[in-house]
Amino acid sequence: MADPMRIRAALAGDETTVRVLMAHIMEPGTRRDAAGALIPAHFIQDVDASHNGKSVLKAMWTGAVSQNPFLSFKFKGAAKGDKVVVKWVDNKGDTRTDEATIA
Amino acid sequence: MKSTRRSALKATGAFATLISLGLVTQSQAQAAVDRASFSVKTLDDALKAIGGKPANSDQVTVVSPDIAENGAVVPVGVTSKLPNTTEIYIIIEKNPTPLAAAFMIPVGTAADVQTRVKMGQSTNVVAVVKADGKLFSATKETKVTLGGCGG
Repeated sequence: MADPMRIRAALAGDETTVRVLMAHIMEPGTRRDAAGALIPAHFIQDVDASHNGKSVLKAMWTGAVSQNPFLSFKFKGAAKGDKVVVKWVDNKGDTRTDEATIA
Repeated sequence: MKSTRRSALKATGAFATLISLGLVTQSQAQAAVDRASFSVKTLDDALKAIGGKPANSDQVTVVSPDIAENGAVVPVGVTSKLPNTTEIYIIIEKNPTPLAAAFMIPVGTAADVQTRVKMGQSTNVVAVVKADGKLFSATKETKVTLGGCGG
């Protein structure tokens, strides 16, 4: 399984800001190795963040998103102590789910 | 023949009822771009895939550096002050596959996202947002000193 995501979720007023750092090579599929062969694409395709079972963000990504992707977004309706769950699925079907508590 | 038409009408009716009850929101019923659209090769094709030519709007902001030292990691943020923004797209005009990322924003989530993208060369970062079913965009030019697509 991939390395864990680092997720920070902070409540300010009524808005929670979530910052995620995912660990993923995000290989676009256009790079070539030393021998000249194309390095196959391997990148996160879908991201799904949820709070209390409700989706708060969905994203569709490509190999154009940088390695070890960073994501920041904000949503309303959460309270301190609630959990935010982030899940990603890559083009090979690998997946990773991590959660953080809103501080 | 009769039974299939009847069952087709039933299904459509049921779906329409769900939409009117708000159980399946309009934005969920129409999926955002499908995955195949991400491999288009030009800005125009990307706009076509998203749904048409957006109108320029000063309510949409692209935050990206004027000059990016490392094209492999360029921070890009998009915010939209337009109400009912449901989708945000980031397009890197001169990348081999310009449509870089799409975000689906449900009610309750701010139209304010940030990520980091690869840019192959100095070019325009185009943000397209869908608000109330209509498309709006904003553009920011970012110069790149070292390209990030490894090409």
